[in-house]
Amino acid sequence: MKKIAILGAGPAGIEAAAVLAANNCPVTLFEKEAQPLCNITDKAFLFPNFADAAEVAAAMRAKLDNPIITLRCNTEVAQLTPSYITGFQAENLTGTPVWKVNDELYDIVLLATGYTPFDARRKEELGYGIYPGVHTSLEMEKMIREGKIVNSLGESPKRIVFLQCVGSRDEKSGNHYCSKLCCVTAVKQAIEAKKQLPNCEVFVYYMDLRMWGQGFEEMYRTAQQEYGVNFIRGRISEAGGTFDGRVQIKAEDTLLGRPLKMTSDLLVLMVGMEASKGTRELATQCRICGEYGFAQTKDPHLHDCQSEAHGLFVAGACKRPMTLTDSINDGRSAAYEILTVGSINSTYEQ
Amino acid sequence: MKRFWNGYQKAIADDHYFYERSCIRQTFFPGSEAAFLKILREELGKDICDNPHQHTCTGIGYHSDVVPFDTTMTVVARLFSLMTEYGYKNYVPSCVTSFGVFTEMMTKWEEQPELKEKARQYLWEACKREFEVPENIVHPSDIIYKFRFDLKPKMKYQLLNRFTGRPLRVVEHIGCHYAKIFSHHGIGNAEFPYVLAGMIEAWGGEVIDYPERRHCCGFGFRQYLVQENRGYSIANTKKKFESMESYEPDFILTNCPGCSMFLDKWQYTIAEMEHKTYDREGYGIPVLTYEELAGLLLGYDPWTLGLQLHQVQCERLMDKIGIAYNPSEKYRGVSGLRHPSPEKPEFLKV
Repeated sequence: MKKIAILGAGPAGIEAAAVLAANNCPVTLFEKEAQPLCNITDKAFLFPNFADAAEVAAAMRAKLDNPIITLRCNTEVAQLTPSYITGFQAENLTGTPVWKVNDELYDIVLLATGYTPFDARRKEELGYGIYPGVHTSLEMEKMIREGKIVNSLGESPKRIVFLQCVGSRDEKSGNHYCSKLCCVTAVKQAIEAKKQLPNCEVFVYYMDLRMWGQGFEEMYRTAQQEYGVNFIRGRISEAGGTFDGRVQIKAEDTLLGRPLKMTSDLLVLMVGMEASKGTRELATQCRICGEYGFAQTKDPHLHDCQSEAHGLFVAGACKRPMTLTDSINDGRSAAYEILTVGSINSTYEQ
Repeated sequence: MKRFWNGYQKAIADDHYFYERSCIRQTFFPGSEAAFLKILREELGKDICDNPHQHTCTGIGYHSDVVPFDTTMTVVARLFSLMTEYGYKNYVPSCVTSFGVFTEMMTKWEEQPELKEKARQYLWEACKREFEVPENIVHPSDIIYKFRFDLKPKMKYQLLNRFTGRPLRVVEHIGCHYAKIFSHHGIGNAEFPYVLAGMIEAWGGEVIDYPERRHCCGFGFRQYLVQENRGYSIANTKKKFESMESYEPDFILTNCPGCSMFLDKWQYTIAEMEHKTYDREGYGIPVLTYEELAGLLLGYDPWTLGLQLHQVQCERLMDKIGIAYNPSEKYRGVSGLRHPSPEKPEFLKV
């Protein structure tokens, strides 16, 4: 029987494992963290239907409840090399390359090592890590989840400012791509903030709002009409701490064509997605590292879950920024490709 | 303050510098350049050439669009030819704008080598001279920063308030052309510059981080040089003072001729226009150059340093630090003759 390794127990990895297991293919799922689904369990609610992130995560985790899925948490894969690179001779009977995952051999590997949030400290002008009122969208999510949205003094904020495209579509940070989900996440968090703090003023600074998904545009309209969230087209050029512990921002309202200055209790930076360390390192090792460190697929249209390396498949946000829904679907697609293309003229033995 | 921007450092030569004086500093702050040379030669034992054949870098004309690029390039080439002729490789321009011009030329020549050849040709046609590009270009404030801990044991005073025992609270302001053209040429980068902050902290003071820390001092070449635009100049300076006022700084430290001048002199103008000063007692906030500060702490005579030419008087600051000075010598010139005391402003106390 072919041995299959899935690297990364995020939504794509778990979904692929579940589909493969449902087709009687045993899989070993490697996860560097102590628990699977780390990037979901730190969320409060999920767009566009405000589903409880914990419930969604629990439902996904339940998919791992299959005896032929072996989950290995706290296991970081440091080495992923095919035989044609390393020269070792342990090829299997079908003659396909064998992949070395750390010290073990596998016939097929699915890379699902995901993304890492952009480190907001790289945008020094925005003062993250310097001024206590500046937070990332992840920290805001935690405050929303705990029902404790507070300013640097522990008090309820009177004004919250969200800033889009931090580390995305940005020359300075070297990321020219759109991270795809920050726009709708800011709208979601703005609504959540208004639900918890109805008297708080909420502003969202944006370049353009990309409400591409089902229900996203409706959320955007709801945020304005029902919750009174203010949207300002313009980027924030710098943030500074004020004497009373708030944050002063400078921006330009590009619709009015005027510079503006605003003081806020909280500045929330909507950080983009970057290829995770694991994605960069492993994709480099097996020579499929593409632009910005993401894994390169064989073809963006016809073979988006395959790589140029034989027996190596890719799924989820290790390829490009993806939403949760897209990652799940992508994991499913990858499993399907492994079941068909991946077995390459051979059948699985029972 | 957190200080991870400390990571931005650059190479600063250890010794053998070719000094280029500023066009305007000897008028505005006449003791600063002499103090720098004295500190380097007598306190640090360094070799620095103060060449009498030097001339303008064209910086003011260049940034005001009255001197074309090719002319500036040729003038820069001539200054480099002086350095070459006298056997030096480390160029140290006193003025921040000169520093900006030189780093710009070096970058241009690196990116477009044909421009450097053009400069060689122009220089040869104009005056039959040749030049080598410097191995190291740094601003004098970089050198004082580099040796700040070597100077500390030689200092007679620290930046402590002798009445309270607390560190003096200092606003630092770098010139735009120091780090805002090429941020990697500035210690600490452009957002959180550390070149002056490092001196302040090393010598016992506390740096104030206020919202308009990065804002222009108000000079801004065309803001000031075009008379009709001077309202912009003073408006920018006022914005900075309003932002720093609540932090009650003991003084302002700068490394640029324009910043020193405008942050000092506009305090008088604002006081005349609006009857407003930015300290509690109506004396204004003293503005020092880094050479004046180093000289004062080393125990140099304040009147030799030229502090009597400041608009905002420095005696109260010197009293706080405990610096000894002779008030009766304040207006005695180098010839020994006593000059008349200047007229007192109506609103800014002296």
